[in-house]
Amino acid sequence: MNHPEQRKKFYCRRRMLGKSTIGAAALSTLFAQDQTHAQSKGVIENLPLVQKVKRVIWLTMAGGPSHLELFDPKPKLAQLHGKPMPESYTAGQQLAQLQGQKLMCLGPMFEYQQVGSQGTQISTLLPHIGSIADDICLVRSMTTDAINHDPAHMFMNTGSQIAGRPSMGAWINYGLGSICENLPGFVVLVSTGKGRSPQPIAARQWSSGFLPSRFQGVQLRSQGEAVLYLNNPPGIQPSQQAMDIAAIESLNRHHASRVQDPEIDTRIAQYELAFEMQTSIPNLMDTSDETQDTLDLYGCTPGDGTFASNCLLARRLAQRGVRFIQLYHRDWDHHSLLKEELPLRAKEVDQASAALIKDLKRLGLFEETLVVWSGEFGRTPMSQANKGPVGRDHHNKSMSMWIAGGNIRPGIVYGSTDELGYAAAENTCTVHDLHATMLHQLGIKHDAFTYKFQGLDFKLTGVEGAKVIEGILS
Amino acid sequence: MKPHWLVSLVASSLVGPLVAQEPQTIEFNRDIRPILSENCFYCHGPDPQHRQGDLRLDDRQAALEALAIIPGNPSESQLARRIISEDPELVMPPADSNKKLTQDQKALLQRWIAQGANYQTHWAYTPPTRPNTNHHSIDALVQKELDRNGLVQTHRADPRTLVRRLYYDLIGLPPSPERVAAFEANPSDKAYHEMIENLLANPHYGERMAQGWLDLVRFADTIGYHSDNPRNIWPYRDYVIASFNANKPFDRFSIEQIAGDLLPDANQDTRIGSAFNRLILSTEEGGAQPKDYEARMLADRVRAVGTVWLGQTTGCAQCHDHKYDPITMNDFYSLGAFFADIQEPIVGAREEGLAITQPEDNQRLANLDAAIQQANAALKELEQQESPSADEITAAKERVEKARKQRDSFYKSLPKCLVTKSTPNLRTVRLLPRGNWMDETGPVMKPALPGYLTDSLPHRSQRDLNRLDLARWLVSKENPLTARVTVNRLWKHFFGTGLSKVLDDLGTQGELPVNQELLDFLACEFIDSGWDIQHMIRMIVQSRTYQLSCQAEPKLIATDPLNRLTARQSPFRFEAELVRDHALYHAGLLDTQIGGRSAKPYQPDGYWDSLNFPTRTYAADQDKQQYRRGIYTWWQRTFLHPSLMAFDAPSREECCAERTRSNIPQQALVLLNDPTYVEAARGLAYRTIQSNALTHEDKIDWIFSQVLQRSPSTLEKQELSILLEKHLAHYKDHPQQTSKLQQTGMFKPSESVDQAQLSAWTHIARVLLNLHETITRD
Repeated sequence: MNHPEQRKKFYCRRRMLGKSTIGAAALSTLFAQDQTHAQSKGVIENLPLVQKVKRVIWLTMAGGPSHLELFDPKPKLAQLHGKPMPESYTAGQQLAQLQGQKLMCLGPMFEYQQVGSQGTQISTLLPHIGSIADDICLVRSMTTDAINHDPAHMFMNTGSQIAGRPSMGAWINYGLGSICENLPGFVVLVSTGKGRSPQPIAARQWSSGFLPSRFQGVQLRSQGEAVLYLNNPPGIQPSQQAMDIAAIESLNRHHASRVQDPEIDTRIAQYELAFEMQTSIPNLMDTSDETQDTLDLYGCTPGDGTFASNCLLARRLAQRGVRFIQLYHRDWDHHSLLKEELPLRAKEVDQASAALIKDLKRLGLFEETLVVWSGEFGRTPMSQANKGPVGRDHHNKSMSMWIAGGNIRPGIVYGSTDELGYAAAENTCTVHDLHATMLHQLGIKHDAFTYKFQGLDFKLTGVEGAKVIEGILS
Repeated sequence: MKPHWLVSLVASSLVGPLVAQEPQTIEFNRDIRPILSENCFYCHGPDPQHRQGDLRLDDRQAALEALAIIPGNPSESQLARRIISEDPELVMPPADSNKKLTQDQKALLQRWIAQGANYQTHWAYTPPTRPNTNHHSIDALVQKELDRNGLVQTHRADPRTLVRRLYYDLIGLPPSPERVAAFEANPSDKAYHEMIENLLANPHYGERMAQGWLDLVRFADTIGYHSDNPRNIWPYRDYVIASFNANKPFDRFSIEQIAGDLLPDANQDTRIGSAFNRLILSTEEGGAQPKDYEARMLADRVRAVGTVWLGQTTGCAQCHDHKYDPITMNDFYSLGAFFADIQEPIVGAREEGLAITQPEDNQRLANLDAAIQQANAALKELEQQESPSADEITAAKERVEKARKQRDSFYKSLPKCLVTKSTPNLRTVRLLPRGNWMDETGPVMKPALPGYLTDSLPHRSQRDLNRLDLARWLVSKENPLTARVTVNRLWKHFFGTGLSKVLDDLGTQGELPVNQELLDFLACEFIDSGWDIQHMIRMIVQSRTYQLSCQAEPKLIATDPLNRLTARQSPFRFEAELVRDHALYHAGLLDTQIGGRSAKPYQPDGYWDSLNFPTRTYAADQDKQQYRRGIYTWWQRTFLHPSLMAFDAPSREECCAERTRSNIPQQALVLLNDPTYVEAARGLAYRTIQSNALTHEDKIDWIFSQVLQRSPSTLEKQELSILLEKHLAHYKDHPQQTSKLQQTGMFKPSESVDQAQLSAWTHIARVLLNLHETITRD
C-alpha cells in the first residue's frame, strides 16, 4: 500500500453492499465487511478544464504510413520525380536507411480525389475515410523526434524515448480513474496486415511505467484466451471456480479479522473483479448481438482478429466505458514495394476506420469520444530503392494524421508541409502538442498533471514545453 | 517533541493524520531545502540555461548578492516579499508553475531569513559520520527517533512469524513445519542467531540477494530494442549469485562489474562481472544511426551509475545541467567518457561473447587442440612422403576434420557471456548540446569524476582516468553516496521502505531520511566493516526492531500509517519470482539447482506474436528446467513473462531500484488459472494425499502446516471440509473432468491414487496457494 490513493481508500473505505456476484454467496457474507470497489477514482479530484470527451480511441498504423500517398498531395514532388532531391532540404538532416545514400525524389504513387464539402484532397486508396472527411480534422503538419520504429512508438505513446515511462493510456486512467465496473481502463488490440514481415511492437508501448501497475494496458487477443489467464483451467467448471473463489474470499476475510493489513481487503476486491472479468470479457467479445448491418458497416467477420473486427470491439469497449482504447495495425513500413503493399494496408483499415466514426455518431458516442488515426512517423519524399522495388524511408519532419470527435473542428485541414512534403511548414505540431491537446479535451491541464518519480515531476508532455493545438478545437 | 520528519511528509502531500508543527530551530536541510527545491530551484537552481532573472537560490552567496535574501531582515528580502505578494504579476512561485506555498511554508521561510538564513551542504554530499553518542546500535537510533515522536515499539513477533520472515528475507523459500516447530519450542536468542547463520550459509541466500541486484542493473536475456533478440549473458546472473554467496565485499563486487577486465588480477570471474557494462539496451533495427545509438548507450550507462551507486538522477543532465542537483552536463558526458573504451558493435547483433570454462573444460579444450595438432602433424608427415597413398591422405584429412569438429562442437557447447573488452581506440565523446547527437559542436570530453563530489579531492594523476579509477572512486571513502545508497536499499529489503524513501534519488528532490543518524551510522558501519554485506544483514536481522510484530495498537498505526519510524514491522506481498518459488516448493516440484541457462516456464501461446526479425515461437522447457526458481526465468525485455509481470517484475529496460507493489486482478487470474499454479496445486494435492495424515481433517491440518506452518482454525477447517466434500462429490460423478484437470502440466503422480480424491484436493491446494497470507511476508 505504497500509493496515497490506496491509502486513502483504506482509511475512508466505502461500504459496498449487495455487490457480490460470486456463487456460494452464503460463504462470502459469513464475514461480510466493507470492501473496496472495482471502480477507481482518478487522482484529479476536480477537473481544471471542461471535459469535452470521456475517452480516447487511438488507431495506430504501426510502421509509419506514407503521408505522401495518403493525405498530403505534392504536385511539385511529382514534377521532380526521378530527379535529385534539392540539397537545401536535406543537408545535415537525420535520415534512417537513406543516410549517406543518393537522394532522389519520388512522386506520389497514387491519385488523390477531392472529398467532403471543403474539397479536401485525400488518396483514392482511402475512399471510406474520404466519405467522413466532413467529420474529421486532417492534420498535415505533424512531426516527431524519433526516426526508428521502437523509439518512435515510445515517443508517441509515452512522450519520451527512454523506456520505463508510462504510456498515455496509463496516464489518463491514473488521472481520471476508471468508469467501468469490470473491464480494465486501458485496452490494447493488435492486428497484422496480410502483407510481409511486419515491424515488432513491444509491450512497453502500453506499459504503466512508473505509475501503479493497475493502469497498464491489457491486451485483448483474438486467438486463445481473450485476456491472459482468463479461462478456467481445463476440467474446472464455472461453478467450481466460483466455489473456490468464495472459499479464498472467506479465508482471506477470516485472516483480515485477525491481522491489520489493508491489502487483504484490496485483494478480496481483486478476486471479485477477476471473477467478474471472466464473464464481462466473454460478453464483450461475443458480438452475436450485433446486427448484420453493423457487421457490414465495418466489413468484418467477428473473431477473425482483423483491424475491422477490432474497430467493432473498440466501439463495444467505448460503450462499456473503457477510457483508453488503442488499436495497432501492423505492417505499414514500406521501405520497398510501396506501390504493391500500401493499397492492401489501406484496404484493410479504410472501411472500418470510417465505420467506427459513423457508428459512434449513430450511437451518440462521437461527441464524447476522441478518435486519433496516426502512425509513429511519416515517410521521405525521397525514394528508397536499396531494398527491392521502390519505397520510402522513415521520416520524422512531416507526417499526417487525423483526429475526430468531441470539440474537434470537423472537416478542416490543419497545417501544411513544404512543397515537397519534406518538413512541416505551417502550424507545426509536435507529439507533446498532440498529448497536450488530448489531455485538454479530457479536462486535464497537461502542465499541471505530474507524477513524482525519482524525485522529479514527470509529465506526459515532457519538459520542453507543449501547446494545446487550439486551431483544431471548436 | 515535534515529529520533524513530518515536514517532508507534508511537503510531498502524503498527509497523515498528524498535524505538522513547526520545528523550534530551523535547519536548512531538514526544513528549508525541500521547500526551495520543490518550488524554486526549477527556475532559480543550478541550471544556468533555464535560470530566470539571473537568480539562484541554491547558492547562499548568489542569493545574498541578488538581495533575494537579506539575513535577519525578511521584510526587505525579495524572496520573503515575493512569496507573500498579492500581486499576481509578482507572486512567487508564479501561477503557471503550478506550484504553491502553504501559509506554514511561507512563515517558515520568513523565520529562516529572520534567523540568519543559514545554508547547509546537501546532507548526502558530505561524508557520513557516526553519531556522537554511545548508542551505536540500530535499536538505540530507532528508539531515539521514536522517543522524539512519542511512540512506543510494539511487541516482538511470534516465533513462527520470525522464522517465516527470516526465511523469506534471506533465502526466499518457506521454512519446513518442523523448522518452525523447533523454533517455537526454543525461541532463544541463540537459536535465532543459529538460524541466521544457517540461512546466510544456504546457497539460496545468493539467489535471494541477487534478485534485487538484477533489477537494479537491468539484467535480461534480450537486447531490448526493436527485434529484442537474445544475447548471451546469463553467466553474469550466476556471477552475482555466487558473489553474494561468497559474501564478496561490496567494493570489490562493484569494481569487478565496472572494470573487472582492467583489474591487475583480472580472471574469468571478474570478466564475467564486467558483463555489467553490456547490460544496456541495444538495437539491430535497420536504419538505426550509429551516432544516435552511441549517445543512447552512453546515456544508459551514465544513468546506471547514477541509480546503482550514486543515487543521483544523472539522466537529467543529458540535455541540460540538472535543475535541482549540482550535476552539470560536463559531469554527465565526462562520466560517459569512462566507457568510451568498451569494444562493442553500436548497431547490430551482439558478439557471441567469452566462452566460460571450468578448469576441466580448459583441460579438455587443450586435449582437443592437441588432437587437432596431432592429426595435422600426421597429415603433414604423410604428405611429405615421396609417394603417399591417396587413400591414406584422405583418411588423414578426415581425421583432422573430425578433430576440428570435436573441438568446435565442444566449444559450441560451452556457455558464452558478453563481457567488457577494452580497446585503445576510444570513441570520441562530445558534450551534446541539448542532448542532440547530430550536433557535433560540443567539446570533446575526457573521463572525469563528477565535479561537485570531488572538488575537494587532490588531483590524482596526470594520466587520463579510466573505468578502474571510476569504480575505485565509487566505493572509496571519499564518495559520500555509495555506502548510503546501498544500506538504504538494504534497509528497504528488510523493512519494506528505505530510510530515505526514494531509493534512486538521494539528491535534493529525494527525501531527507526519516532517521539520518541511523542511515549514516549504517553507512559508516558498512564502510568500516570492509563493505561486508552479511555483517550489515546480521546487524539488521538481529536488531529488536527487525523482530517486531506487524501488529500494533490502532493508535500507533494511525500515528505512523506508513511505518516510517519502524515502531513495528511491515507486511508486504511476495515479489513475483518468490510467489512462483513458494508454489513450486509446496508442490514438491521446485528444482533447486543453483545457476545455469535461463528457463522457460509455461507461457500462453501467441504471447510473442508481436515480436519479429525473426518471428519467434516460445518453447516451454519440457524437463526439470520447467521447475526452476523465478530468478532463472528467461527475461524477454519487450514481452516479459506475463505471470512475472502481473506481480510487478520490471521489464529491466531501465535500472530499477524499487518495484511497484500492486494488487491487481491479473494476479488473481495468474494464481487461479496459470498452468504453473494449477500444476503446483496438483503437486501439493498429491503430497497431501500421500502424507501420513489419514482423515480429511488431518489432511487439512497437514496442508496448512506445509503452506502456512500453522494449524487451521475451526472455521478454516470447516470451510475447507465443506469445499472438499462438494468437489469430491462432483468428481465422483464426473470422472472425465478429473482427467482433464489432471492433465495440466507435466507432473505425473502415481496412477494408483484415487483420481477423484486427487482432483478434489487439487482445489483445496489451489485455495491455499491463492491465500493472501500465503503470498505475504509479515
